[in-house]
Amino acid sequence: MDTAALLMLIYVLVLASFLGFELISKVPPTLHTPLMSGSNAISGITIVGALIATNEMGFTTLSKWLGMFALVLATINVVGGYAVTDRMLKMFKKK
Amino acid sequence: MSSIVQVAYLVSSILFVMGIKFLGKTKDARRGNFLSAIGMLIAVVATLVTLDILTFVEIFACILVGGAIGLYYAKKVEMTQIPEMVALFNGFGGIASLAVALSDHFLKTEVLQVEIDTVNSVSIIASVLIGGVTFTGSMVAWMKLNGKISGQPIMFTGQHLLNLLLLVAFLGVAVMTYLFQIEPIYITILVVIALLVGVLIVIPIGGADMPVVISLLNSYSGMAACATGFILNNNVLIVAGSLVGASGIILTQIMCKAMNRSLMNVLLGGFGQTVAAGPQDGPQIVIKEVGVEEAAMLFDSASSVIVVPGYGMAVAQAQHVIRELMEQCEKRNIDFRFAIHPVAGRMPGHMNVLLAEANISYDKLIEMEAINDDFSNTDLVFVVGANDVVNPAARTNPQSPIYGMPILNADKARTVIVSKRSMGKGYAGIENELFGYPNCLMLFGDAKQTITKVVGEMKEMA
Repeated sequence: MDTAALLMLIYVLVLASFLGFELISKVPPTLHTPLMSGSNAISGITIVGALIATNEMGFTTLSKWLGMFALVLATINVVGGYAVTDRMLKMFKKK
Repeated sequence: MSSIVQVAYLVSSILFVMGIKFLGKTKDARRGNFLSAIGMLIAVVATLVTLDILTFVEIFACILVGGAIGLYYAKKVEMTQIPEMVALFNGFGGIASLAVALSDHFLKTEVLQVEIDTVNSVSIIASVLIGGVTFTGSMVAWMKLNGKISGQPIMFTGQHLLNLLLLVAFLGVAVMTYLFQIEPIYITILVVIALLVGVLIVIPIGGADMPVVISLLNSYSGMAACATGFILNNNVLIVAGSLVGASGIILTQIMCKAMNRSLMNVLLGGFGQTVAAGPQDGPQIVIKEVGVEEAAMLFDSASSVIVVPGYGMAVAQAQHVIRELMEQCEKRNIDFRFAIHPVAGRMPGHMNVLLAEANISYDKLIEMEAINDDFSNTDLVFVVGANDVVNPAARTNPQSPIYGMPILNADKARTVIVSKRSMGKGYAGIENELFGYPNCLMLFGDAKQTITKVVGEMKEMA
């Protein structure tokens, strides 16, 4: 990776972190559990990496198996995380 | 990679940001989560477009298996078990990042046989470390939360020294991994060390501190995704990962502040062990009991009630009967609210979810800063399954281990009723001065049973 590409990634990292701090400090304490399970689902974004790793042809390489292993677990993380967050948020009602 | 895919990743990133922004308002929160899920779907579809169609069979098989397990678990999990579930899923995210990093390493060294450049190598090593620590750390937290192992801190001499030595060893082997990429032994050792460190940093931390630990591990799982983003040169992983990283750090800080502890103090562990020798020689606390009938009369004659719920309430499954109590009070035009301490429950915001499940309107759930001044002009405070968060020793007794922790001013109310199974101690294992106060009455018995009786009495009165 050349320096310019690396710098670009660092730019994204730094700015997204600042944005994250700003947004998340505005989430009310009432919603901290759904925030955590929802952000937990977002961290399952590593599923993108798992997909790319699984893309290897044939089943002869260790890379492919590691990718499939990652894909199953990341999918549990993503699907389960979003589903349980939705289940919780559905319960928050105002009368 | 085609620019259409890049644009799709940008859209995903925007949806993640919007999703979290919508979580800022309770009424929009569900839509926010939905947007975030759409963002994830777009990222997955965009990635699939770049892949070889011949591998789709195994890809969909994996997604089907993972999706079914995730969906099943999300549907059947009890609300009291959410902290365990989050811990488990954090661990899965962590190990997935580790596996992706390893996969990339072996792809380059064994299949493509190319040299891994410095940036890539550092990213792979970081992903292995953070992902591995997140995985085993989360598994230990998960087992502590669901009682598979004891919640007691596990300490031994030289623990911190061992952790330090392992980190030094990790750095040493990391250099070897970079220099001798073709040798698989070095990266294997790195994985083992990372997994070991995860176990070692969580075992000394007691069950009461798990809210801090899962917040922190949540942050780590985001950072692991970030590191993976650097490996794959992929912005959407970095954006999503840093949002989660930031979220976990903020929640960790909030939890620490609510317990008046530094993060260092929590991480070094052992809290609640040295306490037992403390204030036992103090004066014996003289308590006054109250019966169900009298308690019902106190509720009946009050004009304002604040309930202070603790995790004990959820353990006794008393939240539904408390809603009935609330309905009885509201029939009498009694102002009825809940005071939520930031560490009530077993993870940030947990108590709100437990009460929302019992169909209690969220505008009745008031956070500590907003309600603490109202206690002094409240007729009746009802403490259910909470202890340390209403212990005035936090204000008055510098010797107390919880001294300085922000508490709910329950003791300032005209009358306090404490529903408690017996005279046992709180999580921190210390005596609660409040129970001896002249305005405090103890309502002994299982919370669900006694409150059911109180509600029954009130129904007869009406």
